[in-house]
Amino acid sequence: MLSKFDQDFGTPSVDSAKQVTLQIDGMSVTVPAGTSIMRAAAGAGVSVPKLCATDAIEPFGSCRLCLVEIEGRKGYPASCTTQCDEGMVVRTQTGKLADLRRGVMELYISDHPLDCLTCSANGNCELQDMAGVVGLREVRYGYEGANHTKAKKDESNPYFTYDPSKCIVCSRCVRACEEVQGTFALTIEGRGFDSRVAASQNEKFLDSECVSCGACVQACPTATLTEKSIIQFGQPERSVVTTCAYCGVGCSFRAEMQGNRVVRMVPNKNGQANHGHSCVKGRFAWGYATHKDRITKPMIREKISDAWREVSWDEALQYAAGKFKSIQAKYGRDSVGGITSSRCTNEETYLVQKLVRAVFGNNNVDTCARVCHSPTGYGLKTTLGESAGTQHFDSVEHADVIMVIGANPTDGHPVFASAMKRRLRGNDKGQRPGAKLIVVDPRVIDLVRTPHVQADYHLQLRPGTNVAVINALAHVVVTEGLVNEAFVKERCETAEFDKWREFVSRPYNSPEAMEPVTGVPAAKLREAARLYATGGNAAIYYGLGVTEHSQGSTMVIGIANLAMATGNIGRLGVGVNPLRGQNNVQGACDMGSFPHELPGYRHISDGKTRALFEQAWSVKLLDEPGLRIPNMFEASLDGSFRGLYVQGEDVLQSDPNTHHVQAALEALECLVVQDLFLNETAKYAHVFLPGSSFLEKNGTFTNAERRISPVRKVMPALAGKEDWEVTQALANAMGYPMNYKHPREIMAEIALLTPTFHGVSYEKLDKLGSIQWPCNEAHPIGTPVMHIDQFVRGKGKFVVTEYVPTDEKVTRKFPLLMTTGRILSQYNVGAQTRRTANVVWHPEDRVEIHPHDAEERGIKDGDWVGITSRAGETVLHATVTERVQPGVVYTTFHFPESGANVITTDNSDWATNCPEYKVTAVQLVRVSQPSEWQKQYKAFSERQADLLEQRVARQS
Amino acid sequence: MNIEHLVKMANQIEAFFKAQTNPDLAVDGIADHIKRFWDPRMRKQIKAHVAAGGAGLDAMTVEAIKRLG
Repeated sequence: MLSKFDQDFGTPSVDSAKQVTLQIDGMSVTVPAGTSIMRAAAGAGVSVPKLCATDAIEPFGSCRLCLVEIEGRKGYPASCTTQCDEGMVVRTQTGKLADLRRGVMELYISDHPLDCLTCSANGNCELQDMAGVVGLREVRYGYEGANHTKAKKDESNPYFTYDPSKCIVCSRCVRACEEVQGTFALTIEGRGFDSRVAASQNEKFLDSECVSCGACVQACPTATLTEKSIIQFGQPERSVVTTCAYCGVGCSFRAEMQGNRVVRMVPNKNGQANHGHSCVKGRFAWGYATHKDRITKPMIREKISDAWREVSWDEALQYAAGKFKSIQAKYGRDSVGGITSSRCTNEETYLVQKLVRAVFGNNNVDTCARVCHSPTGYGLKTTLGESAGTQHFDSVEHADVIMVIGANPTDGHPVFASAMKRRLRGNDKGQRPGAKLIVVDPRVIDLVRTPHVQADYHLQLRPGTNVAVINALAHVVVTEGLVNEAFVKERCETAEFDKWREFVSRPYNSPEAMEPVTGVPAAKLREAARLYATGGNAAIYYGLGVTEHSQGSTMVIGIANLAMATGNIGRLGVGVNPLRGQNNVQGACDMGSFPHELPGYRHISDGKTRALFEQAWSVKLLDEPGLRIPNMFEASLDGSFRGLYVQGEDVLQSDPNTHHVQAALEALECLVVQDLFLNETAKYAHVFLPGSSFLEKNGTFTNAERRISPVRKVMPALAGKEDWEVTQALANAMGYPMNYKHPREIMAEIALLTPTFHGVSYEKLDKLGSIQWPCNEAHPIGTPVMHIDQFVRGKGKFVVTEYVPTDEKVTRKFPLLMTTGRILSQYNVGAQTRRTANVVWHPEDRVEIHPHDAEERGIKDGDWVGITSRAGETVLHATVTERVQPGVVYTTFHFPESGANVITTDNSDWATNCPEYKVTAVQLVRVSQPSEWQKQYKAFSERQADLLEQRVARQS
Repeated sequence: MNIEHLVKMANQIEAFFKAQTNPDLAVDGIADHIKRFWDPRMRKQIKAHVAAGGAGLDAMTVEAIKRLG
């Protein structure tokens, strides 16, 4: 069901410069040409009765309830499918129309259960509303004839129920699945009276192709598709607009509430990133916020072998502050540091880096972007001048060619993937063909072939050869005369371009020369390059398959080079678009979470900027870069780094070479973890500070398109403090006063000190809904597309990108290359999603292996296989599939016991130390039991669970 | 810190910058990168390593580290 807190205009809005004026029920109404009568009427406050129409999907004209009369026209056209014309005179309420509508409703209700009082849709049922609106008083046909009122429910999906007895066969669910989500999992099966909604081949929803995005549930006008939470709790009484805390798409949601209880999360149709769409995580997987595993009392312990002791906030913070101070007194100022969270708000990450710089007095602060998109920051800053993506998501609607490199949007960024798929399908009326698609990925990701979408080129490269591929693409562009010379001449540094042109022209960069390295057929690569350069607006979307390599930064630079050379930057439909992993990874980077940069990507050695912060913070700042996360671990092992404050991250599970991370954490004298749960890292902690979920605090998140969106508190913090309050209290405990009363004051400080945020305020966010930075004097309402007239750095800079093979090479001992990724239903380390019903889709991490490699090793689907690399060994179940190419295996990392990062190595990006998760040489063998590490870790985890269980309660 | 890791990281930086056409600029690039992104204790350690002969470091990297001052 739709949100009752939103108005439904019945049909989608139309973007047209031409306006038409018509009369509706005597009122003069002016709308963009192409607007339906239904929408025009709704905009003027006239509700035309309707059932099969809703404004998220195209009109269908099947329910015959929205009939109107138009002067000079015969019959009773449907207002949803009839467009407004200049001078048209429309009547929506006449005696004849009332009779027709009552007749239609009478038929609907003759085959509908009359259990309205106990129905889950009671209070928000469009069928019930329409029965009321048309004045239905009797059903002359009776209820005894053939009907569907006893049809059996399908309750297989953990989040919603399908009750066919309530279905009016309006097809809204089917159309939402097609048009909004693009999965095409639903259909209407049967004809006439037998017509019913069916998932896939009439399977249960859970067994079907349904991806549980919730679009059908939202579109349903009755109780046919209903959230189980609504069935359990009833209808919401209030709604708060907030922002999802899962991926970097940053969907806007309405948290629909009863008191302090979330009843459901509904995507906000005014959300500028998601336009009313959602995925299974944001829509349904929010139960973790009130999961029984939440720890809501601060705890401390002297050693990690001790049981935890619950203490007051004050005692925990004094204890942590005392530890940090004594470590610094003993080992020096630089012996402690902090890690900010990409899952926390901008205001919270800002405060953690402020704590490190101003209170700890060093720059040992880093964030999980270190292990995902730090090369994006380096590469885009170097070439374009700003460490962020160039476009807004809606730009994809204007693309003619889409190149997806090392990203799997349908799993990692599903709501944006739906927008992308819509553009790839084109206009189904045939007026506008779909965009062309080039996929560069070692694996056959879903986008390569999905309903009504097929990649024109899939360059299935070997892991670790990205730079060779991008150079070969550039070689084709340059040597075949496809450079946009005018753009380059006007917008880029000429000398640097000439160097680059000479470099990529070298014969060894040709597709033919690189084919043995990359495994990509040269002819195919040439065709793809020509398409990208000449196919109109060409946009590149990329993910961690680009950055998490030893040449991650080089590849980002290579992408920017290619976009500049072809003039595909600085307007709608083009650009270089990193798909950010976590909800606020862009924000965490913007907020100065990196050890070498102050907020706004200004280097710590820049005296002028430092002086600004020194004045605002009343302290002297160190002018040297601090330790990055991998450097912190190394320094911990050599004894020069002894204390760490980690807010909302789980480095033990997410960072590479688990053995190494375990040893580093174990060597710390004081590890303070602030989190919702006792995560893997917290098992090594001495102080645990309870965190607050996104539902329990105010703040902002910044998504992959630089969009700052409000996060609004809908329930009290379970542990009594929002995360920013905890950091503030820790600063105070260390003797540095912080006295923010509300995150809006923190944002005001950020805006004051950061030129790209000068125009950002909570008031403006409330007014505009969201803002894309830069937002300042030059761009008062934000910047959807960057680098329009010139690059942020002035002239675009081409940089030579020599391909350097990774050290992680296959050998006889390790003959396969393992690459890692994520899956739709789980999120990152899984701390949130593993504590929801999403585990029904993905209860464990498995290793994918090609049938050829499996057969050689005697491995069958479902077997236990040992995966050994130079770093370690783990055991997972095998999935034998042709999605991976021979010689390549693939796994996800959502479960700690999988130990995916026991196998990954210390190799990292040359510029940023971003780990090379995407390339590990491994061997696979069939085994019968878990690995030694898994056994030891299980024992350790059980011991830590006992120490939590045995925690000493606080005497109050 | 593990000096082998630092040596590897420094050589990786060299591999990027030496592809730039002017060797002198490449050495500057390596030095600048290390200065801008390495914590002082890392720089101190790699400098000491160079002073002790710089085993495992490529030639341009050694030159760049000497320029760190």
